Amino acid sequence: MNDMTPVQLTPKDWETDQEVRWCPGCGDYAILKAVQRTLPEIGARPENTVFISGIGCSSRFPYYVESYGFHTIHGRAPAVATGVKLANPELDVWIVTGDGDGLSIGGNHTMHILRRNLDCQILLFNNEIYGLTKGQYSPTSREGTKSPSTPFGSVDRAAKPAAFALGSGARFVGRGFDVSKNLPDVLKAAHAHRGAAFVEIFQNCIVYNKDVFADFTEKKNADEGQLWLEHGKPMLFAKGAKGIALDVERLVLKVVAVTDGDWEAAGVIVHDVTNRSVAHMLVEMPFGAFPMALGVLYDDPAPTFESAVVQQNAQAAKGKMPDLQKLVGQGQTWTVTKAPQVV
Amino acid sequence: MATAAALEPVDATVRDPAPDAVVVRFAGDSGDGMQLTGGQFTLSTALAGNDLATFPDFPAEIRAPQGTLFGVSAFQINFGSTDITTAGDAPDVLVAMNPAALKTNVRDLKPGGLIIADTGEFNDRNLAKARYDANPLEDATLAQWQLLAFDISKLTLESVKPFGLGNKEALRCKNMWTLGLALWMFDRDRQPIVDWLRAKFAKAPVLADANIAALNAGHAYGETAEIGGSGLGLKQFHVAAAPSPDGLYRTVTGAEAISLGLVAGAQLAGLPMFFGGYPITPASAILHHLSRLKEYAVTTFQAEDEIAAIASAIGASYAGSLGVTSSSGPGIALKGEAMGLAIMTELPLVIVNSQRGGPSTGLPTKTEQSDLYQAVYGRNGDAPMPVIAARSPADAFDCAIEACRIATRYMTPVMLLTDGYIANAAEPWRVPDMNEYKAFPVEFLEKSQDGGLLPYARDAKLKRPWIKPGTPGLMHRIGGIEKAVDSGHIEYAPANHQAMTDIRQAKVLGIANDIAEQDVEIGTAGGTLALVGWGSTYGPIYQAVRRARAKGLDVSHIHLRHIWPMPRNLGDLLRSFGKILVPEMNTGQLKTVLRDQYLVDARPLNKVSGQPFRIHEIEAAIEEHLA
Repeated sequence: MNDMTPVQLTPKDWETDQEVRWCPGCGDYAILKAVQRTLPEIGARPENTVFISGIGCSSRFPYYVESYGFHTIHGRAPAVATGVKLANPELDVWIVTGDGDGLSIGGNHTMHILRRNLDCQILLFNNEIYGLTKGQYSPTSREGTKSPSTPFGSVDRAAKPAAFALGSGARFVGRGFDVSKNLPDVLKAAHAHRGAAFVEIFQNCIVYNKDVFADFTEKKNADEGQLWLEHGKPMLFAKGAKGIALDVERLVLKVVAVTDGDWEAAGVIVHDVTNRSVAHMLVEMPFGAFPMALGVLYDDPAPTFESAVVQQNAQAAKGKMPDLQKLVGQGQTWTVTKAPQVV
Repeated sequence: MATAAALEPVDATVRDPAPDAVVVRFAGDSGDGMQLTGGQFTLSTALAGNDLATFPDFPAEIRAPQGTLFGVSAFQINFGSTDITTAGDAPDVLVAMNPAALKTNVRDLKPGGLIIADTGEFNDRNLAKARYDANPLEDATLAQWQLLAFDISKLTLESVKPFGLGNKEALRCKNMWTLGLALWMFDRDRQPIVDWLRAKFAKAPVLADANIAALNAGHAYGETAEIGGSGLGLKQFHVAAAPSPDGLYRTVTGAEAISLGLVAGAQLAGLPMFFGGYPITPASAILHHLSRLKEYAVTTFQAEDEIAAIASAIGASYAGSLGVTSSSGPGIALKGEAMGLAIMTELPLVIVNSQRGGPSTGLPTKTEQSDLYQAVYGRNGDAPMPVIAARSPADAFDCAIEACRIATRYMTPVMLLTDGYIANAAEPWRVPDMNEYKAFPVEFLEKSQDGGLLPYARDAKLKRPWIKPGTPGLMHRIGGIEKAVDSGHIEYAPANHQAMTDIRQAKVLGIANDIAEQDVEIGTAGGTLALVGWGSTYGPIYQAVRRARAKGLDVSHIHLRHIWPMPRNLGDLLRSFGKILVPEMNTGQLKTVLRDQYLVDARPLNKVSGQPFRIHEIEAAIEEHLA
């Protein structure tokens, strides 16, 4: 390709010749489509794009995207991605992981990549179950989940991916779900964010944990169950009949009724993606009493890890000429001719 | 002779006969600065033209409780006018800064050897901590040695009085006082130490002055004592310079040599280097050294754990840098799965293992060679990986370059074995002429092979192409799942797995055709007995064989650098000897591999005490096997 102007790519250009091997009806298909729709729209170049994954159903993802791809080992995708990005900061790095890969075996790496703020997109497919190993409960499974390894129900409390990410220092936290038409918008915002962008994507595992998110993903539940956040817009749901307000006495969020569209009177909060305190409340909002907060929950960029490394390397090397011969001869030396003498 | 001939105190006016070599051990509390004293004594000894080898031996605790037996830190140096390859067997001189140091070290001292002790520290409290019922300086406990006991603490305090330091700070100068005395005893120049102190305390000139005053006072004490005023009988020794090949020299530790070799290796390959590390004793020094060398296109990354350290290095290699990681046994164990990933994805990677005593946490600061099985076999699946072992601090430089060469030429991870002894020990190093090293520039694949992209197509050496993300038109996917021959797509077919397993094995075994044939260090190819060693046992094996041959025994020394694959002539070479003895600081790991590979009757000689072999231990084994 010698063209100076890049050819406009289509979703089709981001498909590989590999047969997709997820179960029929798996939510991963919809996420793959959403990503393949998003990539042309953000002007991504296949040669410059790297998808890196760990192990699990979600981690097969790179095989199906026509870019560079690295299917690594269980939980370690963030660490591999860190090396890739430090070696070549020009690459556009996407990490695809799951609730087991990213929060159980790889929880440590997820925490540190977020803390360091490596410029990349982290897509965590949360299906609250181990799919590839045939259905054991995962760290995000709800208490009481019956699975082959917990026949009497799980007894441990579930991890909250978005809360974990924010607590680890993430500067971008987004949420969506597999079949949502808004998912590409969340992905676009994540890509536009410079730094580690964490996106929790609720994904329906139709074989081992079917419909665990139906309470808010199904059409009939969408109005009451989904709170789509937009920067500068009031936090409204239920077709504008309800909103999220601050209980100023207890400093917690509450659901309020909005009459005649007068959300201001009801005290509904206007979403500010840079408000970290509110973001902490949004990621902790218990579903049921509240709708599920979706969209961009938090987006406030900070300097990235790889840019700081590049800058420090350049600074430390400034004015120094690499000279191997000089390097190996450094320190206190002496010359042996016939009689030793100090030089 | 490498270890000390009997130490002959000589009159200041008559310098002969001088000893060939002297072994001095400085021992004190871990807070006494013994490693620093030893390091500076090493420097001045190197500058005096002696050949030398050192053995730092310190506790795992940073500041172990003062005065305790387990808190003793020691530094041994063997220096002389002949070829020195070990830190010496038994010390000729022991400097004991407190009762605990005396107690834990005196049994190693040669009969008739010299003890220098600080009486200021031999108080009831310290004697009790060292479990002495009575003061050994005052009874017959030390009768078989020469004893010089004087109040170094008090003498130090007096010497630094003009600088107005607090008592604690003033006493910290004790090690410099002792060093001053040692420098006098062995006729060493003080100036390099003075320069070093000035640089070290540039921001606190008063501390520099105080330390220099203590150094000078210790030196003057020796002089005055010799003049006869004190009647202590302190004598000066002169050890002549060793005849070394002409050239520029410096001292180097194994950790320094490895760092320099890695930088040189990356440069010879024409690649930026990425080093992912996680702090662990005794490997951390490599991370420290490399983190200061940014102008050589070195990026260092202190990862969150050992696994992230290697995984990030693999990521960097994937993106076109030379990925390097380093650790010690426990950390290497954690990296095992990722090594398999590098083997499967066929990416270059150098893994440095500074071995220490194991299993588990084991002996973090002591030396052992017990990770050979782990290096050669320690991964799931059939996971062949080249393994190289350095024999000495200076040798580690060439070994690191060799590891980089093999990693890039064969697209494979390579493990470089060193150990705690090599990492910390210093020896004189003839500064290499970098023009003598042949570059091995890497070529990345820039466009598809004819007929379409095949990321797992192979050249004559079975190497697959290295394709950097960012290269237009060459997008492809790799991973830890079995790959189809040539295309690298996911493939579970039985015949394909057989084929790929065979290829991975043949590729690594083929490296045997690209390395030097095994030579014999001393002795002959063929004979009655061969001693086969690897790694840091080089020094004691070499000296033991040399001594045995001087007695007329038919014994030869073979020392392996390439542990896997082994040199192509090794089988024939081993079979040309009647007997094979393998001294190792483990329970017989190389011995087992040799038996397995060549069906030879290799016999073990093992030591796993955390301490290096002594020459006489190996010498005795030679005599036993030739009896």
